Amino acid sequence: MMYSAGIDVGSTQTKGIILDENRNIVARALIMTGANVTRAGDNCFKELLKVSNVPREDVAYIVGTGYGRYKVTFGDAQITEISCHARGACYLFPNTKTVIDMGGQDAKGIRVGPDGDVKDFVMNDKCAAGTGRFLGSAAEALLLNLDDIGPIALKAKNPVRLTTVCTVFVESDIMSYLAQNKKVEDILGGVHSAIAARTVSLIRRVGIEPEVTFTGGVSRNIGMVSALEEKLGMKINVSPDSHYVGALGAAIFALERAVKAKGELAQATA
Amino acid sequence: MAESAKSIYQGQMHLLQKDMMGRYFARVTRAAEQGDGKAVYMLISGNPVELVQAFDMVPVYPEINALQLAVKKAALPFIQKAEEIGYSMDNCAYVKADVGLFLGDRKTPFATIPLPSLILCNYVGCNVYLQWFEHLAEYCDGEIYNLDIPFLRDPSGKPSKADIEYVVKQLEEVIVAMERITGKDLDWAKLKRIVEFSAETGELWSKVKSLTKHRPTPFDAYFDSVTMMAPLYCLRGTEDGLKFFQTALKEMEEKVEMGQGPLPEERFRFVIEGPPPWPFLRTFRDLFSKWGAVAVASTYSTVGGLWEFGFKHDPNRPLESIAEHMLEWNVTNRNFLQRYAQIRRYIEEWNADALVIHSVKSCRLFSAGQGDMREYFTKDLNVPTLLIESDIEDPRYFSEAQIKNRIDAFFESLEHKKIVREAKAAAGGAA
Repeated sequence: MMYSAGIDVGSTQTKGIILDENRNIVARALIMTGANVTRAGDNCFKELLKVSNVPREDVAYIVGTGYGRYKVTFGDAQITEISCHARGACYLFPNTKTVIDMGGQDAKGIRVGPDGDVKDFVMNDKCAAGTGRFLGSAAEALLLNLDDIGPIALKAKNPVRLTTVCTVFVESDIMSYLAQNKKVEDILGGVHSAIAARTVSLIRRVGIEPEVTFTGGVSRNIGMVSALEEKLGMKINVSPDSHYVGALGAAIFALERAVKAKGELAQATA
Repeated sequence: MAESAKSIYQGQMHLLQKDMMGRYFARVTRAAEQGDGKAVYMLISGNPVELVQAFDMVPVYPEINALQLAVKKAALPFIQKAEEIGYSMDNCAYVKADVGLFLGDRKTPFATIPLPSLILCNYVGCNVYLQWFEHLAEYCDGEIYNLDIPFLRDPSGKPSKADIEYVVKQLEEVIVAMERITGKDLDWAKLKRIVEFSAETGELWSKVKSLTKHRPTPFDAYFDSVTMMAPLYCLRGTEDGLKFFQTALKEMEEKVEMGQGPLPEERFRFVIEGPPPWPFLRTFRDLFSKWGAVAVASTYSTVGGLWEFGFKHDPNRPLESIAEHMLEWNVTNRNFLQRYAQIRRYIEEWNADALVIHSVKSCRLFSAGQGDMREYFTKDLNVPTLLIESDIEDPRYFSEAQIKNRIDAFFESLEHKKIVREAKAAAGGAA
């Protein structure tokens, strides 16, 4: 059996996927990126091999993606996560026309073509407003776990109106609402709503066409899924693998190249 | 992914530029250190350099001072110095770098900048420039003349007769000031000769620029045009300036003849809008070169003059034609629809695959509207357009990882389209 791997070295977490030659996901891995980017990619790949029991030599092609893609030194090629998210999202939801990807430091909108190619894309500028990091700051200010804030936000009855989407100033904003005895769920409702609004206006620049697929680490946050759906006025696709979409897309590119190389080799030796 | 090797060429034109600009900077330094020559501070867009040359005064461009500091990665301490005395983080970084320089020993890596005998301002490039030059005048108690050049506001995109007369009248006042400062009368025959030089220089420059219509383009119309822009501004109206462009044209024609381009393989041709990130020029160029992407036209190369669409200085109407140049024939005095039309012409006539917009964080005036520009080109004209942002001067605004990511993703998608198109063509050919 031939396999391919995709390693997505993101600013916060490193994600990995192994696909078999029938494009089935056989392994996932997720580790914190930390300070040593090369080691993060390396450890993620080792973890993939371990959980899948796939021998290293059976992995025919590896594609690195994410900010640390050029540090995936054992990889065969590097492709941006923009291309990978488009491809991965179309694998999970073949009718995807628009991808919203929210990661630790990036928010992206991608318009995709029928075969998962990138038609246009837009990203946040050099500012963490509207990214996972903003949610992280909000959670920290409230002494909550990042994983818990989404479900709490869903309970909001009167979400507050945040005056800022600045990741630095959100903490003082939250403090002032706490001082006014606002409920935590209403504050978090406001936090999610503010990011959703900012993200949707960003994505509108490429045009929003259904189906919309939500990817990246923040897609695990149910509060954000709900806030985005409300702002967009439509249902959005989220998969349990949405967090891995970059790695998944990278593995798909890797598999295509492995298959092509195999075909060329067969032709050459025939 | 076809990743062409990095490439740079240093031809005759580059050597001559170095030599001529070296002499120009020596002249600037002589004016500063020995009082040999009277300096006129001017802005790149919409200036009457021909008048300055006619009085044998020395043209000095604070924008060039600032960009030289940036190119040599020396700008930040000057920027910070300006911020210390109260200039905001969001102020134009050109202004801050130059103010920091001006308040110090005025030594750039290339020259010592003389104090001005005349500060000749206008707001063609930007209205912040008015404050910039007024500040400089205040700091040195210098003489300032503010040229009021009306923006092109008629739908026809033409200045009115009154506009031209208004600017000519001001030029006449400038001449009086220059006569007073230099103690000599304007030699009209000499001015005519200088305007004639400018006419020929402009014509040669537009011929050079039309060569990038060839495949492969003989030079990069952004990164290599920058080399040609310095003589265009500092030496226009001189014999040296003319000689430079004669050499450049000849060299580039030879390259076309030999099918030589700046890259080993030209895979993508793009048009680029906006000035370059000077502190990271090399890095920025490499981000495109690795994709085999080359600029075939740039709006930036027209900030100091737009000759390729037919303008020519007229020595028989020297002041009128200088006024027309200031009013109509540079990109920054034009309205936004004219900017669209200019880019559109480049894309169509220069056969470009894409548009790249480099937006400048510390220059909202030039950058405002570029979001709409992107929208117009992607949605109305279906031209793949990339919008990236950093700064012309301030290194703190350049995030290589983010810019690289956007450029890579953009060319990945163009590469994909190209592969699909080629595969379809091959299948069609086989059938």
